[in-house]
Amino acid sequence: MQEGKALPAAQVNRDLLRSILETPRWFWPVVSLLGMVVLAAAVTIGIMVDRGLGITGLNYKVVWGFFITNFVFWIGISHAGVMLSAILRLAKAEWRRPATRAAEVLTIFSLMTAMIMPIIHTGRPWRILYWAFPYDFARGVWPNIRTPLVWDPSAILTYLTSSTLFVLIALVPDFAVLRDRTTGWPKIVYTMLAMGWEGNPRQWKLQIIAGVLLSALILPVFVSVHSIVSWDFGMAVAIKSWHSTVFAPYFVVGAVHSGVSAVVFAMILLRWAYGWQDYIRHEHIDALGRLLIVVATGWFYFLVMEIIFGIYGLEGDELAVRALQFLPGDHGVAYNIWMIVFVGITYFLPVILWLPKAWRRNLWIMSAACISVNVGMWLERYLLFVPGQANKQFQTFTWNDYLPQWPEALIVGATFAFVSMLMLLFSRVFPLVPLYDIKEGDILKTEMQIGRRTVPATFRED
Amino acid sequence: MPNAEFPHKWGMVIDLDKCTGCQACVVACQAENNIPINTKDYFLQRRAYEWIRIERYWEGEYPNIKARFMPVLCQHCENAPCEPVCPVFATYHNEEGLNVQVYNRCVGTRYCINNCPYQVRMFNYWHPNWPARLENQLNPDVTVRTRGITEKCTFCVQRLRRGEIEVEARGGQRLNDERIAGGNYDPACVQACPTNALMFGDLEEPDTAIKPYFDDVNAHPGHGEHDRETRGYRLLEEMNTRPSVIYLKKIDQYPLKGGH
Repeated sequence: MQEGKALPAAQVNRDLLRSILETPRWFWPVVSLLGMVVLAAAVTIGIMVDRGLGITGLNYKVVWGFFITNFVFWIGISHAGVMLSAILRLAKAEWRRPATRAAEVLTIFSLMTAMIMPIIHTGRPWRILYWAFPYDFARGVWPNIRTPLVWDPSAILTYLTSSTLFVLIALVPDFAVLRDRTTGWPKIVYTMLAMGWEGNPRQWKLQIIAGVLLSALILPVFVSVHSIVSWDFGMAVAIKSWHSTVFAPYFVVGAVHSGVSAVVFAMILLRWAYGWQDYIRHEHIDALGRLLIVVATGWFYFLVMEIIFGIYGLEGDELAVRALQFLPGDHGVAYNIWMIVFVGITYFLPVILWLPKAWRRNLWIMSAACISVNVGMWLERYLLFVPGQANKQFQTFTWNDYLPQWPEALIVGATFAFVSMLMLLFSRVFPLVPLYDIKEGDILKTEMQIGRRTVPATFRED
Repeated sequence: MPNAEFPHKWGMVIDLDKCTGCQACVVACQAENNIPINTKDYFLQRRAYEWIRIERYWEGEYPNIKARFMPVLCQHCENAPCEPVCPVFATYHNEEGLNVQVYNRCVGTRYCINNCPYQVRMFNYWHPNWPARLENQLNPDVTVRTRGITEKCTFCVQRLRRGEIEVEARGGQRLNDERIAGGNYDPACVQACPTNALMFGDLEEPDTAIKPYFDDVNAHPGHGEHDRETRGYRLLEEMNTRPSVIYLKKIDQYPLKGGH
């Protein structure tokens, strides 16, 4: 599993810090373009706060639309970080090394983006503190802890805090390298961030212990965050297709599916943008592709189970939603066609692309598969949330449909620009491939004699 | 509470056999509760709203067809699914059995709307406005709701409060059926109904007209439905929301041919 040659430490530093110490020519044009999209969305949000949610397509029946779909999507993407760094670190998967930092940073930025969504979706966002902040503000009314809407901020903020700590601890040795290579005010900042790192054995020991401890502590948070987000829907008694107990594991596996795919795509982009061919190698993409086959199949199992659980009870209201989702009808939106598209591009197409080894090592095919998964997972959330609200209520008189308007589409599109922009800006200030982790992997790298063949191997003593 | 001496638990009985679907209750409610006028735009945006709506169902195939009407308003459930999901306690149950909405607290997450099986909670997508002269007819007893919050039927709590003040606190008498009707303290829909299909009363009052229907339905809940002596039933009883509104079945004098 270790195909690349071990590189000298000096070259690792030079290659991986190039993104920070030199500005590529494409950098500012791309960042400004993304920034303009984000600005347009910010203005739209301003208009929405000023004039009310009337400018969206939400209506009398469908009260949670694009924003909530997008919220769940980005929470899902955020699960890549812990999956790749904590779980694979504990499982001692060597190939994780170059992917960890990008995944963790993607976690933080997608969580921040996700948190914007439910806030702008409320009717009076300026009063959000009464909901999200557990303090009674002298009104004598504390937040209602019975609602999943109060569990959400607790879970998400816990996850955000622990992921940030995780990234910071992993960054400390790299900050020290940067401190030694910069001058002027960046040096002052990096000196403060490096917190007196000298690289002596005691510091390394503490850093490793902290990393392993946080990996283990972050795992329950990882599982609980998306479970709690799924309870926003699972606990709703009045909407038939939502009221399901399988939502928590289904959402967590789906989150890993879309999150890891997003990380693979981000890594391919970074490899191309910064010329990190020696670090993000085909073997890594290959390994992630194999991981994704397993995750995707787990997700597909839950998808089928969710549908079977829904149909199994043979309740009229539930069957009505399933009919809307799967059968052709005379309603406005052809949900059944979208269902077929979504299952195809989320499971069948990417898994077929991931199966042959040659295709897993083709970066174009991998990018296509990973984008396909993420488009599909976005559709999944939409097709899970909207039909239940739209047409099939208990009282057929209130059936309704939903057509998103431009403000929603613009804001949802801009969240992608926002995360990309933050990732690019981050890559200019902090190393997106962990230097010390790569060096550690190189030191551990060795060769093993099996019969007459020499194979690369990694030995660890712990 | 104006007077703690007189506890109340408000309830309503809706006789579907008497309902003609005339929508008088809907208009009365719009006028009483300062509900914005449902203009063409609101309908096209599918955001028209009413605190009480007449659901109309067609039964059979033309020409062998019937229209059925059912007024649906907030059921003031004793076990309301909307209440536990509000993060800011904007909706809660008060001592008089009413499911109340506190407009000042509402932040507009709209979870309560999703969790209401009866679909009677309405969201203000736009700031409400009225044509110039119509602003003068707004009811001064009722808050004009701003945009971005959820609202719903209150059982005309402003009228009940006035009754409690005038009859109970000042007069020292209990607000019973007769005094509610005499002083126009019953909800606007009840007062406006030309066929008296809507009946309103206090379940803490032993001899109120609606009490027997509640006793009958409560004595034979859900699975024992067929043992009921009245025509009473609750909407979506299987949800166990225990509404304070009881419906009386329509008596089908002329069933559809080959009817079901």
